[in-house]
Amino acid sequence: MLSIKNLHASIGDKEILKGINLEVKAGEVHAIMGPNGAGKSTLASIIAGNETYEVTEGEIALDGEDLSDLAPEERAHKGVFLSFQYPVEIPGVSVTNFIRTAINETRKANGKEEMPANEMLKVIREKSELLEIDRKFLSRSLNEGFSGGEKKRNEIFQMAMLEPKLAILDETDSGLDIDALRIVANGVNKLKSDKNAIVVITHYQRLLDYIVPDFVHVLYNGKIVKSGGKELAHELEEKGYDWIKQEQEA
Amino acid sequence: MDLKEKLLSSFMAFEERVDVHSELHDVRTEAIKNFEDKGFPTKKDEAWKYTSLNAILKNDFTVFPKQDTAIEFNQVKKYFLHEVDTYKVVFIDGVFSSHLSSTTHDGIDVCLMSSALNKPKYKMVIDTYFNQIVNKEESLTSLNTAFANEGAYINIPKSKVADKPIEIMYFSTGNEAALMVQPRNLVIVGENSHVQIIERHQSLTENPVLTNSVTEIFAQKRAIVDYYKIQNDSLKANLIDNTYVSQKQESHVSVHTFSFGGNLTRNNLNFYHFGERLTSTLNGITIIGEKQHVDHYTLVKHSTPNCESFQDYKGIYSDSSTGVFNGKVYVEKEAQKTNAFQKSNNILLSDKATINAKPQLEIFADDVKCSHGCTVGQLDETAMFYMQARGIPKKEAKALLMYAFSNSVIENIKIPELKQRITKIIATKLGVKLGFDL
Repeated sequence: MLSIKNLHASIGDKEILKGINLEVKAGEVHAIMGPNGAGKSTLASIIAGNETYEVTEGEIALDGEDLSDLAPEERAHKGVFLSFQYPVEIPGVSVTNFIRTAINETRKANGKEEMPANEMLKVIREKSELLEIDRKFLSRSLNEGFSGGEKKRNEIFQMAMLEPKLAILDETDSGLDIDALRIVANGVNKLKSDKNAIVVITHYQRLLDYIVPDFVHVLYNGKIVKSGGKELAHELEEKGYDWIKQEQEA
Repeated sequence: MDLKEKLLSSFMAFEERVDVHSELHDVRTEAIKNFEDKGFPTKKDEAWKYTSLNAILKNDFTVFPKQDTAIEFNQVKKYFLHEVDTYKVVFIDGVFSSHLSSTTHDGIDVCLMSSALNKPKYKMVIDTYFNQIVNKEESLTSLNTAFANEGAYINIPKSKVADKPIEIMYFSTGNEAALMVQPRNLVIVGENSHVQIIERHQSLTENPVLTNSVTEIFAQKRAIVDYYKIQNDSLKANLIDNTYVSQKQESHVSVHTFSFGGNLTRNNLNFYHFGERLTSTLNGITIIGEKQHVDHYTLVKHSTPNCESFQDYKGIYSDSSTGVFNGKVYVEKEAQKTNAFQKSNNILLSDKATINAKPQLEIFADDVKCSHGCTVGQLDETAMFYMQARGIPKKEAKALLMYAFSNSVIENIKIPELKQRITKIIATKLGVKLGFDL
């Protein structure tokens, strides 16, 4: 589904990604771990089309189609979803209205009619129950005054509504207490199918107890330096990242 | 003949035409003298540093329109808040239109300035309030006073709630090649009374218009006044709005200025305090483009203790448009425990757009809380990326962000239908149709 080949990217003169290779197939869950500053969030952001970074080499393809020249919204229309580490506040625009706009723009781009209002309401009810979101919450301004946990839960709610092919969860566990973490993870697991794929970006192993990855990759200094199964995450948890750093510098 | 000379020579003719009692004659004569001395302001005046009237004054404006023009309500319905019932005081080319208006004397007075100025039964009120709170040194206000004859007269007696909003509407029809009008409004809101007023100037053609308007608002003890100015005029329309507010203790007056159009708009908004524990609110949203110019010049004069003032101005400027925010807060020595807050946030959407923001705080009391903040920026890239990443195209994402940016002011609109109207105008201005009403 997602195929990244020799991806190099920089911001200004600073090279952040230095040749990333990653293959994600439908039905798989991949975790990308690594110390702070390794380039994890940059990678997530670049897949979603953030133009702040310049891709200097390599390619990103979704189902064989090169994404390089596509704007972020076009990638979203093709099924790429990024759950933000720091979701943005939009005063005056309710969660419901925001998601309605996002869904209908996506449908429009894919040549579909707008979703009828009653169907929209039904889906919203369903998905908000899945994430144990209070109905009142949905009429609040998007992310405005939300707690860290509410923001993240709202991100996954949007993911549930948009049903993306490829979901990238950037540090979704940060700012979550254990109950919220369980709700969010449970939501993600219910959305998992053999037709979609999930890339979980995290600093800690904690989230991976709930969203169990098929593959774990360690990103260090702009490169994937180690890949393995879920046991790699445990190893990292035990030994810390110094172990990777020492190995790399040796 | 330039416009100043034309106005001076018209003054005599005007005085003969209107039947006025002698006190008023003295007021007018004094006013025209001040205008004669000072003339139109130029960029050399500190208060007009960023706004030039030169180009506008070159038009050969007609000062007294010759003919009455009739307009059918259906032609102009869209400019009114037609979803709800309102009182209406409507003027066409400066002349009162009884046909389009809906005035009242039932418990409250919503009628014409010309009647109030001329009828003996209003004499006491006029003597007490007319021209009492204006800055008599200001030349454009003086010019208006000299010719003051028509406008809206609103008098809400003690302990009355105006049962519906009042719309004051000035249309210009283009019957004259270029028209200058000088409306004069007087609003008196009695103790414990409450009123909502919407004022709009609307040109119906592309002929140049210059409006030099003066509004005096008197809020008595515990009165609540919500005043909304909608400025969404044609590209040939120019507006100089001089509004003076006098507040007594525990009153709440808010003036919301929505500047969405016109060629040149200058808002001189002045608040004066005459009692304790009162609140003044000055809010504004400016969204302009092309070569439009909007200048907000505000003054809040805190003269009494324990009062509050809030200013929140948002500006979005595209193309070669220019904006000015000059906000002066003056806290006199006696005005202890003053809370005065001022914000001016601006977004420039083009390299050619400019904003000049100048907050001025003059504080002579020592126990006060005052703050001011001006920001000028571009749209937040991260926020744009967030929305685009959810599938919302750039243009719509931009519109949502700008709406969010203006939201703190929109939220404060107390008439729901007006709130809807304003958000609709904003959506149209931003060129988007979203799947929901903003």
